[in-house]
Amino acid sequence: MVYEMTVCSTVNGDQVELHCDARQSLLEVLRETLGLTGTKEGCNSGNCGACSVILDGVLVNACLVLAVEVEGRIVSTIEGIEQSQGLHPLQRAFLEHAALQCGFCTPGVIVAAKALLDHNPMPTEREVRYWLAGNLCRCTGYDKIVRAVLAAADLMDLSRAQVPMAAEWLPSQGRTDERDRN
Amino acid sequence: MNGTETESGAPKQQQTPRQAYRIIGKRPIRHDGYDKVTGRAQFGADVRPPETLYGAILRSPHAHARIIAIDTKAARALPGVKALVTARDLPRASGENPDLRHTRNNILAKAKVLYHGHALAAVAATSLHIAQEALTMIEVDYELLSPLLDVREFLKDDARQLGDDLRTDETSYNKQAATNITGHVQHKRGDPVQGFAEAAVIVEREFTTPNVHQGYLEPQSATAHYHPDGQLTIWCSNQSHFDVRSQVSEILQIPISDIRVVPMEIGGGFGGKYLVYLEPVAALLSKKSGCRPVKMIMSRADVFMGTGPAAGAYIRVKMGADARGLVTAAEAYLLYEAGAFPGSSVASGAGTLFAPYRIENLQIDGYGVLVNKPNTFDYRGSTAAIAVAAAEQVVDELSEKLQMDPLAFRALNGVKEGDCQPAGSAYPRIGYLETVEAARNHPHYTAPLEGPNRGRGVASAVFGSWDGGTSSAMARVNTDGTVDLAMGSIDLSGTRTSVAMQLAEALGIPVANVKPFVADTDSVDYTDGSYGSRTTVMTGWTAYELGRDLRNRLIQHAAKLWRVSSAEIAFADGYFSTGELRMTLKELAAHLEETGELVVSTATVSSKGLAPGSAVHIVDVEVDPETGKVDILRYTALQDVGKAIHPSYVEGQMQGAVAQGVGWALTEEYIYDDGGHLLNANFLDYRIPTCADLPMIETVILEVPNPAHPFGARGAGEIPILPPIAAIANAIYQAIGLRLGELPMSPRRVLDLLIEQDQEDDGYPESR
Amino acid sequence: MQAFDYFPVYSVDEAITLLSQNAGQARVLAGGTDLLVQMRQGRHKVKAIVDIKRIPDVNVLDYDPAEGLRLGAAVPCIRVRNDPVVAAAYPGLIDAVSLIGGIQIQGRASVGGNLCNAAPSGDAICAAIALNATCVIAGPKGERTVSAATFCTAPGQTVLEHGEILVHIQFPPPKPNSGGRHLRFTPRKEMDIAVAGATAWIELNSDLEMINDARIALATVAPVPLLAKSTAASLIGRAPGEIAFAEAASLAQEESNPRDSMRGTAVQRQHLIGVLVKRALHEATCRAKGGQIGGI
Repeated sequence: MVYEMTVCSTVNGDQVELHCDARQSLLEVLRETLGLTGTKEGCNSGNCGACSVILDGVLVNACLVLAVEVEGRIVSTIEGIEQSQGLHPLQRAFLEHAALQCGFCTPGVIVAAKALLDHNPMPTEREVRYWLAGNLCRCTGYDKIVRAVLAAADLMDLSRAQVPMAAEWLPSQGRTDERDRN
Repeated sequence: MNGTETESGAPKQQQTPRQAYRIIGKRPIRHDGYDKVTGRAQFGADVRPPETLYGAILRSPHAHARIIAIDTKAARALPGVKALVTARDLPRASGENPDLRHTRNNILAKAKVLYHGHALAAVAATSLHIAQEALTMIEVDYELLSPLLDVREFLKDDARQLGDDLRTDETSYNKQAATNITGHVQHKRGDPVQGFAEAAVIVEREFTTPNVHQGYLEPQSATAHYHPDGQLTIWCSNQSHFDVRSQVSEILQIPISDIRVVPMEIGGGFGGKYLVYLEPVAALLSKKSGCRPVKMIMSRADVFMGTGPAAGAYIRVKMGADARGLVTAAEAYLLYEAGAFPGSSVASGAGTLFAPYRIENLQIDGYGVLVNKPNTFDYRGSTAAIAVAAAEQVVDELSEKLQMDPLAFRALNGVKEGDCQPAGSAYPRIGYLETVEAARNHPHYTAPLEGPNRGRGVASAVFGSWDGGTSSAMARVNTDGTVDLAMGSIDLSGTRTSVAMQLAEALGIPVANVKPFVADTDSVDYTDGSYGSRTTVMTGWTAYELGRDLRNRLIQHAAKLWRVSSAEIAFADGYFSTGELRMTLKELAAHLEETGELVVSTATVSSKGLAPGSAVHIVDVEVDPETGKVDILRYTALQDVGKAIHPSYVEGQMQGAVAQGVGWALTEEYIYDDGGHLLNANFLDYRIPTCADLPMIETVILEVPNPAHPFGARGAGEIPILPPIAAIANAIYQAIGLRLGELPMSPRRVLDLLIEQDQEDDGYPESR
Repeated sequence: MQAFDYFPVYSVDEAITLLSQNAGQARVLAGGTDLLVQMRQGRHKVKAIVDIKRIPDVNVLDYDPAEGLRLGAAVPCIRVRNDPVVAAAYPGLIDAVSLIGGIQIQGRASVGGNLCNAAPSGDAICAAIALNATCVIAGPKGERTVSAATFCTAPGQTVLEHGEILVHIQFPPPKPNSGGRHLRFTPRKEMDIAVAGATAWIELNSDLEMINDARIALATVAPVPLLAKSTAASLIGRAPGEIAFAEAASLAQEESNPRDSMRGTAVQRQHLIGVLVKRALHEATCRAKGGQIGGI
């Protein structure tokens, strides 16, 4: 068919060659062609953030990117967040803070939060809330999500400073206030 | 901002001595957590059997029309299209469960389309894009009919009948005549006329509310594979896979034993995901396409238009109290939209709105009414939130007129054990008064609220009088000493872990050594769906029974091995022991395999009493008097949960419900034009709160044990959505002196009233 | 969505040629945050998509204190927002790009795309008009410029003719003692569409006591974002403050001609535009005096 193209790009560090219809979104190709189903479709129109991925270092909704646009580009999805030594601090913080219920928005939220911490390693509660406004969650009321992101920032800050992790750092209570006042 | 109350803060108000649990009340990490944070968890739309076709549904562009003809020739001829179905392809039903007759007409419209978005044809093709293109080639001839959109319209003599064959089984209506009333529920006791005559203060208010949607992030999906031998496999994300099996069985006339429903991870439900929409259609398409698997996923617009939103309603509430503040009488009249087909949530609203109060003279009438909108469905607490919103605003106004603190009013009139429930029976032990008292003493309530245009509101609720339904589970001791736990309950929020904790507690092993999973319909006994706040309580109870049974069996095996009596065996700290002999569970389990004596247990627990929970919420708001926008400044939710099995999950339920309540109160609504077209079927204009719209939500867990439950747990998931709407409305009143009477209390509505008030400039409006 | 051809182009000329060849049936793709949604809704019949993001000219983000800001039509909002020099020079523009969608949308959406989509609510259009930006257009007949205030002609329509593309937007250098502020009103704090929006830009005299010049743009109160000329004119020569701003706010209400829609009523918009203009003027004044005001 005339409307099909082959696209080469890097997805989670792997070179991939994709044969796709120009109509297909990056989201559809990630899920249906590559089987990377961690990226979710919640609205297919950029309003929910469940399909958040990082494209050349920029956080985007995969539903609003055509697959043919990613020729030569670098895509990171939730499946690529885990680090060689195990879960990313954000992933650990989400588990420890029970920051998920159904878990459907979770991959998108974690990808978005990673983009935040990459860009702003010590965000305030307000900064977290505005950054994550593009990621809808219907289960949690966002409370534990925000706490988990702040806790992950603390964890990463600690590991950067090479300070041994103290147990009391894990469930962050009250830290939000302190930082917001600054 | 205050943090979430931690475990140590909760038990202070506890009424009975706290048992020392090893696991209950702790916060273990969920068993499915790793899969959920790494993207590996498989939800319904992630299923990809080989050779899968993609299905899509054609939906009505009209709210009410007769279908004259459907021309599918061009669509069938499109290359890549493998099957196309309409209502004609559904088998003629036998026997007939009337509800399923309506469900069948809902999944594929037969003679009439009854709402904008009503499904009427479906296509399966080799790609989703081809399937969608095929839909545009189906030509439908309609004869347009005028739509019925407002619940109050049915009262008009010339109101059009939606369901030509619907009769209402109720004395005040002619059973022979067609009607738009789908049901009537009444609770009546005492003498309301006399009660109002004795009142010193009476408040009567009316409220209108639009449809809202549960707003789960995961759209409905279903993948069906009809096998040539007549076996059908369905993968779906539904709150009740056993309901899917029975509904598909009846609609498609396939024996239950030929259907296996595989529950996938589910991305939220909130009461909106236990009716079938896609499953039978996907199965039919699979059968007609030469037995290829067919996957169907709703678009977000499909979800808004084609599933079951919560009812819009008209509600009138009247309450009277004597000079001391005691309620003398109460009346309520509720019209809930049923939508296009019978079945509304009005019974829940009618049974819940006065639940916190001792009222001797009472009349509640609730009606479900047909309108040309989607068939409404339950939303967290069975859509009782709008009824509670009405009653709790009237209570607030009564308190004000009586010059009483609104929580003092509740303490004076609140129910306790032995008092009469709205439906008549007596309350078991409940913690309403304890919750009210905790709210009165909470630092949020006692803190001064400063600044202009700010107000503090409270509201309360008592919810959950049903007995909980049926749950089944099966457990097996593995040779490594772990325990597999197969449960029939869908896990929407972490219940695999809260259920596993109850088995682990009863058996006496670490919760990490329990391997819980949700089993398909072939692999576990019947279990009611995950709704009605029942999963942690009822399925957890099942797990408790399993744990006790496994413990007894293991002790018997140890006794046999050591040739002593069971009574001489102790099991503690991971060791079986008798005298000098000691053995771990793992060592015992290994012996069992050698001897071929496997330890397996199944359990089913039915209807033993969920027991009502109680909630009081406190909220501070600030209203921008120039724009009408309401900001939530601080929110505290207090709740008697009986016993918090996993406190983080209980807090999560409370916080999530508050967020939904904030949306219901302030921004969410279905917007229709006069022709009944839904205008905002997307997440941009259907505004659920974002992270930026909310503060931290403080939770206070109270534990007044449910005497019926082995660990004292009560249902916890639904009740926290009941108080927020009224709490916010009452806070807005405190801030600007206005009561809206209409949801959502959007900036436009608040501004309209502010402008009106400005023009009149005569202070606060009079209440009737 | 019907099938279409996708053309990634590498030069402005290539884009013009393709657009001319597919007259009426080709659409330019930059961020796609509006276009792809509209195509899925079946609002456009598209046979060819011309992706301009690989053209260097539309990716320019170049600030020069003498020349001003050259903002390529496809530069995503997030790049504008994250550029500290641009942020310091054009805080009113930053207000607007920070309000578009959420962070994910800002990663793709561009000021140029906002102009070409020509929505009555366009936040960045409003800011571009008030900041006196110029649109640089290339087409088969060569290059031409039009002011941002006249670029949008009707909802979804612009001055662009067949074969033409918007290449970049030129913002004049910020004048001393000047400041801009964009505000909008939405029911949610983020991820929403303006019920009403306003950008105020003012220039004060050297002792900061009199308004030398002003430009006011209004969103969602007319078919396209509107340059409110008499509102601005009323401010010139006045002392910045409540009296002048309240008068400007009522003039802005007079210049508005909003309509009812699902997202707001005419009455509400008329009211809000007054509130927003007044607030934006106060905050623009604060910026003109060198003060800081909160971003989002």
